[in-house]
Amino acid sequence: MTDPILSVRDLSIAYKTGRKESVTAVSGIDLDLYERQSLALVGESGCGKTTLGLGLLRLLPGLGEITSGSLTYRLKDGSTADLLKMKPEQLRRFRWAEAAMVFQGAMNAFNPVIKIVDHFADTLRDHSDGKRKWTKAAVEARAGELLETVRLDPDRVLQSYPHELSGGMKQRALIALAIALDPQVLVLDEPTTALDLLTQRSIVQQLHELRKKFGFTMVFITHDLGLAAELADRVATMYAGRIIETGSARDIFYEPKHPYTAGLINAVMPVKGLRPQLESIPGYPPSLKAMPSGCAFHPRCAFATDACKNERIDLDLLTERPLGMSHTAACLHHDQVRFERKCTDTSAARPASIVESETADV
Amino acid sequence: MSETPLLKLSGLEQVFDTRKGPVAAVGGVDLEVKAGKVLCLVGESGCGKTTTARAAAGITRPTSGAVEFRGKPLTAMNAAERTEYRRSVQYIHQDPYAALNPTRTVYSTLTAGLKRHGLVKGRTEARAKAAELLRLVDLTPPESYLDAYPHQLSGGQRQRVNVARSLAMDPKLLICDESTSMLDVSIRVSLLNTLGRLRDELDVGFLFITHDLAVAKYFAWDGEIAVMYLGKVVEHGPTPEVIGNPQHPYTKALIGAVCEPDPDLAKANRSAEQLRSAEIPSLHDLPAGCAFHPRCPAFEPGVCDGERPLLQLAERRNVACHVVARDRRRAAAPDDRTLTFDAVPGSRRPEPESAI
Repeated sequence: MTDPILSVRDLSIAYKTGRKESVTAVSGIDLDLYERQSLALVGESGCGKTTLGLGLLRLLPGLGEITSGSLTYRLKDGSTADLLKMKPEQLRRFRWAEAAMVFQGAMNAFNPVIKIVDHFADTLRDHSDGKRKWTKAAVEARAGELLETVRLDPDRVLQSYPHELSGGMKQRALIALAIALDPQVLVLDEPTTALDLLTQRSIVQQLHELRKKFGFTMVFITHDLGLAAELADRVATMYAGRIIETGSARDIFYEPKHPYTAGLINAVMPVKGLRPQLESIPGYPPSLKAMPSGCAFHPRCAFATDACKNERIDLDLLTERPLGMSHTAACLHHDQVRFERKCTDTSAARPASIVESETADV
Repeated sequence: MSETPLLKLSGLEQVFDTRKGPVAAVGGVDLEVKAGKVLCLVGESGCGKTTTARAAAGITRPTSGAVEFRGKPLTAMNAAERTEYRRSVQYIHQDPYAALNPTRTVYSTLTAGLKRHGLVKGRTEARAKAAELLRLVDLTPPESYLDAYPHQLSGGQRQRVNVARSLAMDPKLLICDESTSMLDVSIRVSLLNTLGRLRDELDVGFLFITHDLAVAKYFAWDGEIAVMYLGKVVEHGPTPEVIGNPQHPYTKALIGAVCEPDPDLAKANRSAEQLRSAEIPSLHDLPAGCAFHPRCPAFEPGVCDGERPLLQLAERRNVACHVVARDRRRAAAPDDRTLTFDAVPGSRRPEPESAI
C-alpha cells in the first residue's frame, strides 16, 4: 500500500494568550507518513515539536487550538478519516486503538496514586472498541503480556505504584501502555530524556525490537540529534513552528541544506572519533510573539540576504524520492550551505586508516 | 609536579543516615584539581557526583576524609581563610530556572556577593562591575539585561547570568554541576566556549560534573576524567585516553551507549555489547566485591564478586577492575596466555551501504 497512513496538510496550531490574543506555535505543516516509517521531529526547545506531536492526536491542552489544516488518517479497516471532524466519542476510540502517544517525562506521566495495573485497565477499557469486555483477569493477562515484551517482570510491576519503579522501568511500562491496543501510529515525545545513559541505550534497543515485532509507524520528538540518528528513517527539522528541512536520516546528517540544520549538527558533540571544531549558532531562538518577517531564521543566519527578510520561504524540493523520503529545505541559499566537520586535532584516539576513510566518506 | 593543587579531596566519604540505615553516597574518593585545569566527573545519576561536589564546595561536611584548598584542610581554616575560600570557590548549579532568585533583578543578583564581601564601593561601581561581568559572558549590551528579572530571560541567558554571578567573586575554582545539561545544543556550545575562555585566560580551575561524555570530551580535552560508579571512582585518567581507549568495563559500556549523530555509526553500534542488567543496584544493598559485577559483561565468577577492586595504575590511568588488573599481570608475564576483554565495538565506521 502506497497511501500514507497519516497525511497532514497546512496544519496550524495556536495558543490563546489573552481574551482576543493568541500566538501561533505551529504553522503550515505538510507531512505524509507512510507505513512502518519512523520520523524524527528535531529542534530546540520552543520550536513547536511537542505541540505538533500533541496536535497529531488532537491532544492539545485547553488553550491550544488547531486553527487550520487537515489531519487524515488511514484506519485499520482501510477507510480514511479526518481527525478534525471526529466527535469526542469517535476520537476516544481512535486514540490508542489507532494512534497512541508516549508522553514526555516518564517520571511524571503516571498517576502517582494508581497502581500500574489500573493504568492498563483504564486505558484498555476506555479506548478499546467496546466489543470486548475487559475483566480484571483479561486486563491482567494483557498487561502481563505487554510488560513481558518490554522485559519487565509482571509480577513485580503490575501491583506497584509508579514511585516504586525506577526511571527506566517507568519508561518501559509507559511504552507498554502505549502499545496496549496495538496502534498503527506511535508518537513518542522525548522518549529517553531524563534517563541515564545506559538506560537510554536499553530503551533505544527496546524500541528497535518493538518496531520489528509490531511494525508500527513511529513519530518521535526529540532534541537529541543522536537519538534521531539512531532511530529515524526520516528526519524533519523544526524551527519557530515550521518544518524547515526534511529528508532521510542520511540527508540530514551528512548533507544538511538548511543553515539551521547544519548549525545544529555542527553544535553536537560526538564522543567517538575525532574532536571536531564546534560552532554555536549566534543569537537566541525568536519569541513566538515577535516572529521575524520572512524566514524566521534570518537574524541568526550567515547567508541571509534581503530576499530572506521579505517573504515566507517554502520547502524546496532538492532530491525527489518516493514515500516521503525526498530531501526538501526551506532556504533560498541552500546551494551555498556546505556541511563539513572541521577537526581541531587529528592526533586523537583514531588510527590513521580510519581517519582516511572518514574524509573519503564526506 | 610540586605545585600544590587548588583542590584536593582525599579519602572523601559521605555517609547519609536514613531510616533504612546508613548510605555511603560517596565511598572514598581521591581527586585533585589544578589551576587552569579541568577535572570532569562523569557517571549516572545517583553515583555521588553531586555529593562529591557539594563536599568540595564546603556546603556539606564529609563524614570522613579531607577537603583541602591550596593545601589547607577546610576543617583547619580560621574565619578569614574560610571567607577567602568561600570567595574563591564558586558553584554553578544545574537548573538555570531554579538557581536565580525570581524577585531580584540581574543587577541585584550579580552584585549581592560583591557587596557582601565588600569588593565594590557604591552603586556606580557596582553597576559598572555588573556590566563588565555581563560582557564577559556575552550578554551584550549589558544595559538591556541589568534591570531584567529572571522570568524575562531565556534558559540560556539565565545560565549565563548564573555563570556571571559566580565570576563576580573572581573565583579560582568553579564547580559546575551539570551546568549545561538543561540547555539546547546550540547554546550549550557557546556557554562551554565561554567557560573555556575563563579557564585559559583567567587560569580558573574546574571541577566539572556531567553525565554527558560528549561534553566531558569537549570541555576537558586537556584535563582529566574521573568516572564514578556507586560512590567510587572506577576509572581516572587524561581525557583522550579515557574516551579513546577506555579500560574499565563500565566506562566502555558508557561510551558504547552514546547515541551518535551519525546514522551509519549508529547502525554499526546496534550490535554493541549488552549489559547483563539494566538496573543500578541500590546504595542500601551494594553487591559484594566490585559493585559493577552484576551488570558487567566481563564478569568472571570468583574474580569479581569477592573483594572490592582498588584503583590501580593501568596504561597511564587508574582503573578499579579485577579483570583489567589480572590481564595486565598476565601481559607482564609473557608466557601466560592473555585473555583480554575486547573494546566495545564502536568507533569504526562501516562501509557506506548503498543509498536507500
